[in-house]
Amino acid sequence: MSESAVEIKGVSRSFGKTIALDEVDLSVSKGSVVGLVGENGAGKTTLLKHVLGLFKARTGTVRVFGKDPVADPESVLGEIGYLSEVRDLPDWMKIGELMSYTKAFFPSWDDAFAEELREMFELSPDQKVKTLSRGQRARAGLIAAIAHRPQLLVLDEPSSGLDPVVRRDILAAVIRTVADEGRTVLFSSHLLDEVQRVSDHVAMLHLGKMLLSSPMDDVLTSHHRLTVRFEQPLDSPLKIDGVLRCEGEGREWTVLCNGDRASVEHCIAQLSGELVDRAAPTLDEIFVARMND
Amino acid sequence: MQIHISEADGTPFYQQVVNQVKFLVASGRLEEGDQLPPVRRLAEQLLVNPNTVARAYRELESEGVVVSRRGAGVFVSDVGSPLSRKEKTRILHERIDALLTESSQLGVGVDSLLKLIEQRSQTFDSPRGEKS
Repeated sequence: MSESAVEIKGVSRSFGKTIALDEVDLSVSKGSVVGLVGENGAGKTTLLKHVLGLFKARTGTVRVFGKDPVADPESVLGEIGYLSEVRDLPDWMKIGELMSYTKAFFPSWDDAFAEELREMFELSPDQKVKTLSRGQRARAGLIAAIAHRPQLLVLDEPSSGLDPVVRRDILAAVIRTVADEGRTVLFSSHLLDEVQRVSDHVAMLHLGKMLLSSPMDDVLTSHHRLTVRFEQPLDSPLKIDGVLRCEGEGREWTVLCNGDRASVEHCIAQLSGELVDRAAPTLDEIFVARMND
Repeated sequence: MQIHISEADGTPFYQQVVNQVKFLVASGRLEEGDQLPPVRRLAEQLLVNPNTVARAYRELESEGVVVSRRGAGVFVSDVGSPLSRKEKTRILHERIDALLTESSQLGVGVDSLLKLIEQRSQTFDSPRGEKS
């Protein structure tokens, strides 16, 4: 039985009349990579801020390595590396200053590793943070987030708005972090192909509710994409239990279903539909189907 | 060892790694005693979770394709095993299915297809096989 790095139970949060989180549970086991996905405004950032102790849970509990990040911030934050969505770095600092400044907060800061990353990312110590491009800024933020070799890496939309080369650097950093025995990564992203690649576990938030939270392989193998050809044209999409999305026109339709495939296929056969193709959908397709369901 | 994985494939990543390593062994591009890259390096190369690569290696080991030597790494085991033949059959089945689909759409029957295969095979066998 693996221990939890993060344990969130029954957390709710509202901003005015908007419910940002509604009875959310999430368990992140040590050594795993958890991808948090959801539409804009689904509550991803709010949830991550609870993990960091930036928000105090009004209802429910948040535990990071068994500790409350609000009551015990020193011991929790020392174990966490965080890259925020807005990458709020001090603009007036130079890269070198940013590194020594960040180092002061973390006893476990690894100078050699930080230097290795800085050289790999082709950042000069004399460059001012203010003058960095978007990609350079993300890389600088990444150094500040991982050079103390945190037990838990929290990344909020690390890839958004970045070119493929920088995205690759970020993914490689995620992989390197978990490859170091027992380290854990919790990240949110809109790029579902990336989430599918690196995550062991996927958590899907929708309008503040946890819609789905399962091992990646289970999510992928429990959903099916069926291509169906009917004897007679259908004039409206199928409405069958287990069908998340049905698209097409006339005689050919694509059906995305989950769970009991046999019963869906049985229903289709009864409507004189012939199964032309059966395939495993990507996480992206599953996400879109779930959001529109 | 060069392998490539794709999210559009529909097969879980660890299974894609397993299949491709088996293919490399069956096709002779990986030979008995060859070392596979360490989990971490392959994970960084493919940009997948290291647990995925580790799972693929465990699967390959339990099927006898590779052996893991403590502290030394993971190596291709005896390739003359029946599994290699089974794998060759699996690969061929995939190709044959695709060929049958294509020929049926082109309206070419199985008998004609077999004849074509035989003709092509003769072209292959003849020394410096002339191109049609």
